[in-house]
Amino acid sequence: MLRTVISRLLQGIIVVFCLLLVTFMLVRLMPGDPFSGEKAHAAHIIEKNKERFHLDKSNSEQFVVYLGLLARGNLGDSPVKEQPVSKIIRHSFPASLILGIAGISIAILIGIPAGILSALRKNSYIDYSTMVVAMAGISIPSFVVAPLLAGHVATRIPFLKVAGWGDPFDWVLPALTLGLATAAYLARITRGGMLEVLNQDYIRTAHAKGVRPAVVVTKHAIRGGIIPAVAYIGPAFAMLITGSFIIETIFQVPGMGQHFVNATKDRDYFLLQGVVILFGVLIVFANLVADIVLAMLNPRIRA
Amino acid sequence: MSKETQQQPISKGHSLWSDAWLRLKKNKMAMASLVVLIIVGVLCFIVPAFSIIADPNTQDLNNTFLSPNSSNWLGTDQSGRDLLARLLYGGQISLLVGIVATTVSVIIGLVYGAIAGYAGGKTDSLMMRIVDILYGLPFLVLVILFSLLISEHAKELTDNLVTRWPEQEVFIKKFVNLVPLFIAIGALGWLTMARVARAQVLTLKKQEFVEAAVSLGLSHRRILLRHIMPNMLGPIIVYATLTVPGFVLTEATLSFLGLGVESPNSSWGILLSEGANYMETYPRLLVIPSITFCMTLLALNFLGDGLRDALDPKAAKD
Amino acid sequence: MRNAHLIHLLLGIGALALVGCEGEPPIDSYTAKKILVLGNSTEPQGLDPQIVTGVIESNIIRALFEGLCVEHPSKQGVHLPGVAETWQANDDFTEWTFHLRRDGKWSDGTPLTTEDFLFSYQRILHPDFGADYASMLYYIQGAEAYNKGEATDFSTVGVSAPDAYTLKISLKASIPFLPDLTKHYTWYPVPKHIILKHGAMEQRNTPWTEPENLVSNGAFVLKEWRLNDYIYAEKNPYYWDKHTVKLKGIRFLPISNQYTEARMFFNQQLHATYGLAPEMIEYAAGKYNEYLRQETYLGTNFIRFNVTDPALKDLRVRQALALSIDSQAIITHILKGGQKPAYGMVPPTEDYRTPQAVTFDPDRAKQLLEEAGYTGNKKLRVTLLSTDREVSKRLSEAYQDMWKKHLGVEVSIEQREWKTYLSRMSGLDYQLALGGWIGDYPDPTTFLDMWKTGDGNNRTGWSNQDYELLLAKAEQTKDPNQRLRILEQAEALFLSEMPIIPVYWYTTNYLLHTAVKGWHPLLLNNHPYKFVDLELLQN
Repeated sequence: MLRTVISRLLQGIIVVFCLLLVTFMLVRLMPGDPFSGEKAHAAHIIEKNKERFHLDKSNSEQFVVYLGLLARGNLGDSPVKEQPVSKIIRHSFPASLILGIAGISIAILIGIPAGILSALRKNSYIDYSTMVVAMAGISIPSFVVAPLLAGHVATRIPFLKVAGWGDPFDWVLPALTLGLATAAYLARITRGGMLEVLNQDYIRTAHAKGVRPAVVVTKHAIRGGIIPAVAYIGPAFAMLITGSFIIETIFQVPGMGQHFVNATKDRDYFLLQGVVILFGVLIVFANLVADIVLAMLNPRIRA
Repeated sequence: MSKETQQQPISKGHSLWSDAWLRLKKNKMAMASLVVLIIVGVLCFIVPAFSIIADPNTQDLNNTFLSPNSSNWLGTDQSGRDLLARLLYGGQISLLVGIVATTVSVIIGLVYGAIAGYAGGKTDSLMMRIVDILYGLPFLVLVILFSLLISEHAKELTDNLVTRWPEQEVFIKKFVNLVPLFIAIGALGWLTMARVARAQVLTLKKQEFVEAAVSLGLSHRRILLRHIMPNMLGPIIVYATLTVPGFVLTEATLSFLGLGVESPNSSWGILLSEGANYMETYPRLLVIPSITFCMTLLALNFLGDGLRDALDPKAAKD
Repeated sequence: MRNAHLIHLLLGIGALALVGCEGEPPIDSYTAKKILVLGNSTEPQGLDPQIVTGVIESNIIRALFEGLCVEHPSKQGVHLPGVAETWQANDDFTEWTFHLRRDGKWSDGTPLTTEDFLFSYQRILHPDFGADYASMLYYIQGAEAYNKGEATDFSTVGVSAPDAYTLKISLKASIPFLPDLTKHYTWYPVPKHIILKHGAMEQRNTPWTEPENLVSNGAFVLKEWRLNDYIYAEKNPYYWDKHTVKLKGIRFLPISNQYTEARMFFNQQLHATYGLAPEMIEYAAGKYNEYLRQETYLGTNFIRFNVTDPALKDLRVRQALALSIDSQAIITHILKGGQKPAYGMVPPTEDYRTPQAVTFDPDRAKQLLEEAGYTGNKKLRVTLLSTDREVSKRLSEAYQDMWKKHLGVEVSIEQREWKTYLSRMSGLDYQLALGGWIGDYPDPTTFLDMWKTGDGNNRTGWSNQDYELLLAKAEQTKDPNQRLRILEQAEALFLSEMPIIPVYWYTTNYLLHTAVKGWHPLLLNNHPYKFVDLELLQN
């Protein structure tokens, strides 16, 4: 087990490195630079700024310099925001973490039971309606759901605000919007997984032996049935934390999702690199945790 | 035994496909979805060819935000354009993006996964490791980066083409500019297809007919192309049907971010993101595209699920 | 699962709340505490007055710092004492003397003297510092040469301090509106002792603007700065005029989505929004008229021509395109914000009469285009560079439609995202492009200087020696009225060559809570917060 964990971590470093390299090069290939602003600046000033951020060097040189920075634990400064990247990430990570945890909790609490129920009552009214709702969750873009919730739900329930991130009540709607889409996916995946397991011979054997259906379900079926869902939760969590741009914009959440998109649009090279590294690290850990849980659930998967 | 099978003459065999079709027909949701998709397809792709639909790009600043009336069945939008026209033409583009990007991802994923699965051993390991690594990349960020990059070149290409064929300008601008989206989305979304393809190939590889082909001395390429791939059609169709809605959603998100389809063309993504702005003032501009969008995606998803149930005997009802 | 319990608990409380009280509007508690809550568009680039360049940053910096003079809360053109108690100029308006108040202090108690001003001006002009807005000080003698590294001795620059409270400024031109310039953040003093504590004078990106380090001289001090969340400034106990300041603090919220901002205002979470989307303007005018503010804003929206492009070299072509834009239709149907159709570049004032160069005259436009040779089958095809911001999309589509309708011109819109749009415009890689300019100070030169040859904000390739001669002549003209007449001539010359199409003059549309007092329309929208108050309304 330990050997696997270590080898996965080492692989993880390669993953993050590749991720960084790809992003680094791609963003520098795009036209424009961090310094173009509405009011144009004198040439000598732009030159000074380029020097400060090593943008006058070749791309490969810049990469080496950046790796040097990383080795010293420094993520560099954002040329657009004039702040250290680590500080920007530090200020935005808590909100993203809360949003991610709340979102995935909602997703798990709603999605997995819904999927199990649908599988157990396959092709019944419950199954169909749950699946329709689940599909709808996947079919409506969040930038439609979020304003609807903000405009029509928040305005009608006291203590819920249309936007902002001040008190815990402000976590509800953003987490709900974020979590529902993932809940929908989890419901479908769980249903699929459960159906596969329920059709297995060992389940029929248990039934035939006369084991009570409830016991069959809980002891045997769920353990195997939720495996695909658990496999999905890992990356889903990482994506929730970082892909919440729309939620953040509409609910005014000071999270990290906006940095992904805005840094790309602003050509904020260092901020984008910083958040991409963080994303890579999160994904590696999320996958690792998910795999450990999977191994616990299914002894046959243990590497 | 259903009435159907009782009346069939015994000698007629049931191929995999007709079996599947029968199972599909019994799935009411899937059939309803099929009907919906056919209607949407006709409305978006065939009806506009006949000039009964207004031009979706003609503005009329004196007639903005009109309610549905005799000349604008769904009313007009913020620039006085006919909403019905924008909905149908927009559907063309959104569905096209979904379908073409899916095709791109299917082709790449199929080839990649089939080779990995067929080759096996170290090659397979390495190829799938790469897929694992790529899986970790933030899809949206890369799609944005890619499409921005390709856009520049696509736009130059468009400008050149328009200079050569000025009469086709509208057509060129509309579709050539979608190429970055096709490529960016498709090139980043092939990973699941690769995994599915590989899994299929691994299963098929062990089957007797493949062993027979190998012992006959057929080349690997021939085996792959002639024997293995045709048997993979089922999962491919399912995957494709389920991927299209995802990619249509991606296009919508990109349009919301301002990176998708260009003005003055419309797509469902643009209609949705613009409509969301008028939620309090002119809800019709949001409600109508939303319902169309959701219904189509729901239909695609249900159809895909139905196909999966129909083509996979183990998941069948009884 | 701890968080599951937390959520259940919250939902439970929420349910109780539903049954229980109504919940007072969140904004009322801020009003009662005299804390002003403002929507401020996006996260500021920074708070160093000598590094930033935008309106968003200036809104915050204005609360923290104070210049030699202060804007009057309601009257245009009146200069109130700020750091300077009194000031005089010579007859030419080239030599100015400012007398600093002796009780001026920084927010850590350190006295504010001319040493800080000399330091500040040297810093922003320092060639190694790379200040993007150093040109705002180029009116000072020798400033430009020092900034460009041509002169290395700062004593050649026309600022001096005979004593700790007397500041002398020598200008290279007659600038009667220097007090207005001193209200701009580029002319603000920065605390020498604090900046040097964190690095050398010309070192950028030092932590001196962190809340725990920042020291300022304005009515408020920086208390908290959560990136992308909020900035909170609290009343400055060392401010010389603190008895006038009624507010206890100001919260700046970087709300980038206009619709979210409007929703927050209607949900009683803000005192004022930064702006207002066009459809929201209509909506507010109907249902929430008491909150809607529609005020003139000093700026012009225009379309740039790349005059070096072969298709646009003919003046008649440019004029034809200019005369077929129906600005009023755009204002009425797209912008809906009470903007004014622009017939010239500089927004007209009482004293400055902008030349009437552009009107909506489609017949004349058609004629001009035909004269230029586009008759029969010969069609003009041009591209319009646009961005994805705000109403740009709708504007460009409207222009495209108008040019097609009135002139039969085929326009293709090249919509690029913001950075690409900027870099292509700067590189003259376009034919027509959307553009706009907000004035930095209330004088026509803020709209005219940018068209000089080689100015980074020109971006049209237009260049005219006579124009620059006229501007130089105006600089040296002592009589203010004479000066304005010369500037009018310069503008007339500029417009006669039509390197741009003026489309409309800006207004600012926003929502203001009725609890806010002392907030009046100002051309530059630079409300001095020291005069703002909050009154809880009696229901």
